Amino acid sequence: MYRQTDIISDAQVSPQEGDLVINVGPQHPATHGVLHLVITLNGETIKKVEPHLGYIHRSIEKMCESLTYRQFIYVTSRMDYLSAHINNHACALCVEKGLQVEIPARAQVIRVLMDELTRIASHELWWGAMAMDLGAFTPFFHAFRERETINDIMEETCGARLTMNYMVPGGVMQDVHPNFQRRVKEFIQLYKRKIHEYDELVTGNIIFQNRMKGVGYLSPEDAVAYGCSGPVTRGSGVSSDIRKIYPYEIYDKLNFDEVLESGGDSFARYMIRIREMHESIKIIEQLIDNIPEGDFQAKTKAVLKLPKGEFYTRVETARGELGVYIVSEGGTTPYRIKFRSPGFSNLSVLDHIARGSKIGDLVAMMGTLDLVIPDIDR
Amino acid sequence: MFIVKYIKDILGAVKSLAIGMKRTLYYFTHHKEIITQQYPDNKDTLVLPERFKGEVVMPHNEVNEHRCTGCTACELACPNGTIKVVTKFDITPDGKKKKAIDKLVYHLELCTMCNLCIEACPSDAIKMAQTFEHSVYDRSQLTKILNNPGSKIMEGVE
Ligand code: SF4
Ligand code: SF4
Repeated sequence: MYRQTDIISDAQVSPQEGDLVINVGPQHPATHGVLHLVITLNGETIKKVEPHLGYIHRSIEKMCESLTYRQFIYVTSRMDYLSAHINNHACALCVEKGLQVEIPARAQVIRVLMDELTRIASHELWWGAMAMDLGAFTPFFHAFRERETINDIMEETCGARLTMNYMVPGGVMQDVHPNFQRRVKEFIQLYKRKIHEYDELVTGNIIFQNRMKGVGYLSPEDAVAYGCSGPVTRGSGVSSDIRKIYPYEIYDKLNFDEVLESGGDSFARYMIRIREMHESIKIIEQLIDNIPEGDFQAKTKAVLKLPKGEFYTRVETARGELGVYIVSEGGTTPYRIKFRSPGFSNLSVLDHIARGSKIGDLVAMMGTLDLVIPDIDR
Repeated sequence: MFIVKYIKDILGAVKSLAIGMKRTLYYFTHHKEIITQQYPDNKDTLVLPERFKGEVVMPHNEVNEHRCTGCTACELACPNGTIKVVTKFDITPDGKKKKAIDKLVYHLELCTMCNLCIEACPSDAIKMAQTFEHSVYDRSQLTKILNNPGSKIMEGVE
């Protein structure tokens, strides 16, 4: 369907005389983590961006192989820590696929609610950090006001703010807190009352728009060829929402739209995430009054053993497609685990979109890719 | 035509900046909407949710009894070797040997607050406490023994 583009052929750009090679990171506030970029510059124009990884490699995949199927899930909160729930969800789904257990309807709804709350929280943080990258500090606090409300909800129900470990094979660990529904409704009201501030402060701002529009163009073909996923591809108009293409849990019964923009530039990717927050609110509104009664966890054995074979599941995190691949030899621990993390593929496109633009735009482009470094390194 | 666009751009920029500044000024004059908490000063009134996972503790009743049978289920459930159950054998009055815990060693510095041990415990002997100010001067202070000295198991817990 898509034309193969000549990305690989221009990969080798070696610095020439008069070029400047600078290092950004590994400790740099704009990279939001320990990412090391080696940038070749010709004057102010970027000739090449080379990401150097490995500074926060914790060998999570290998570590998971020595943990049981109940234990390994908590480690994955530490990959993409802003979508911790969704990471846990993917792993729980994969184990359930192997065990072939039915998840109670209540657990499914709670899981989806938690996923969407996480997605909003993640996009809020991205929005604040993105504006901060461009030099505006105030939006950061505005974003954190709403995000804090979500964190409080999480703290009340799951007992933690960031690394919840709430999804377990068979359902969720505890039932939702009695206050959960009230608190979520309060959050929806707060969100609707405050969301226009986002447009006033950032989206409508001419300086911001000029720095975003037409910058970091990514064509639909390249987005597919690089294996990007999530808002990065949707900003180029390629439909890639796993919730729509390969629905899991109850997503196929829900009424929400896959957000698509055709611009392909930084501004399109920005708008995707802003609009995705509205869609998530829509999903939460549909579910919050309709949490079915029943168990929050299916009955599973104390020691889980997956049958011999290979299992793969994918979910849509706030950053894109997360795949979990488990190879089982029939024992209590996985033989091999592989995570297909969205951040890694999204980072690989940075060199492509940055070439030829000015160094001042690099941070803005990186911001719209929404990179979480521990997710890339694992 | 260029000059018209230029002036329009500048006016648009000024307008959009004014809209943003209005929002900032609004919060500058509306102190009630500020949600910041003054953390170390509000320590006395700060209440964390009852499910907050701060530290694993073992509740004891008034006569220094706990519910732990020494079954080591928590130790097996823990993903990173945080808990070590040291058992001993008590001699019951009728001369039989009975397994009981000597020490339940808990390494707070290793714990990731994942709640798996609490889920695994069959007799609800341990729970999460809502503490969070864990910093100490030496890491050896983080190794704790959860059962009180001289404590024994509650009547009726198997
Ligand atoms: S909370 Fe998790 S890491 Fe901590 S002791 Fe329990 S099982 Fe181990
Ligand atoms: S705390 Fe619970 S799980 Fe751990 S040894 Fe005691 S009774 Fe068993």
